[in-house]
Amino acid sequence: MYYQEKKSIVNIISTLLIYGIYYWIVYNKYGNLTMSADEELQFWGKTMLLIIPIAIAGKIIVHIIFSITNRLVTSEKQPAFEDERDRIIALTSTRNAFMVFGFGFLGALGVIAYGMPLRSMFIFMIVAGVLSDVFDNLSQLYFHRKGI
Amino acid sequence: MGEHRVTNNIRTLRFHNNEMTQQELAEKVGVTRQTIVAIEKGKYSPSLELAFRMARVFNTPLEEVFSFNEKPKKK
Repeated sequence: MYYQEKKSIVNIISTLLIYGIYYWIVYNKYGNLTMSADEELQFWGKTMLLIIPIAIAGKIIVHIIFSITNRLVTSEKQPAFEDERDRIIALTSTRNAFMVFGFGFLGALGVIAYGMPLRSMFIFMIVAGVLSDVFDNLSQLYFHRKGI
Repeated sequence: MGEHRVTNNIRTLRFHNNEMTQQELAEKVGVTRQTIVAIEKGKYSPSLELAFRMARVFNTPLEEVFSFNEKPKKK
């Protein structure tokens, strides 16, 4: 298995772990609170903004640990640059991820349109965001293995 | 429209060029070894620029490195 393939798998696992743990903590801490509509909007704004630096920091740490471990175990060097195939794979995978998020966003709007609680819309959007990230890495894994 | 396929003779050409390794070819044309592997296996069709660079490394016309086969329509 090549470096890029292993990296995609590590990215999928780290995304699921980071977002899973974060929202599990948020749910346990604030899941039973009753809020007004304004307070709930502020709560979701803060919750979704806070995950951005946490996810970035988490992924950097995971990437460093993965690079060191992979080098020690397999002696395989991290590719020094991205060539044309890597860029095409990254672009195509990003397109797929945007499509997934786009459907998720439409679903979130649909949830609001059907009169479901505000909370459902934000949960729908978060799930779509996580799924799009997972789909991005799954696409990369697929294109690296099967060709593009 | 028929199915398009780009095939190549890179493996043979490498053998005839002092058994050049995939890594050596990758370094000469400026891509990763994984990309050379993918091209040899027919899993990736390179850009025109990369195809010309490979032909130049082997000092041979482009048509001897890559060939384009269009499968006939199924009746």
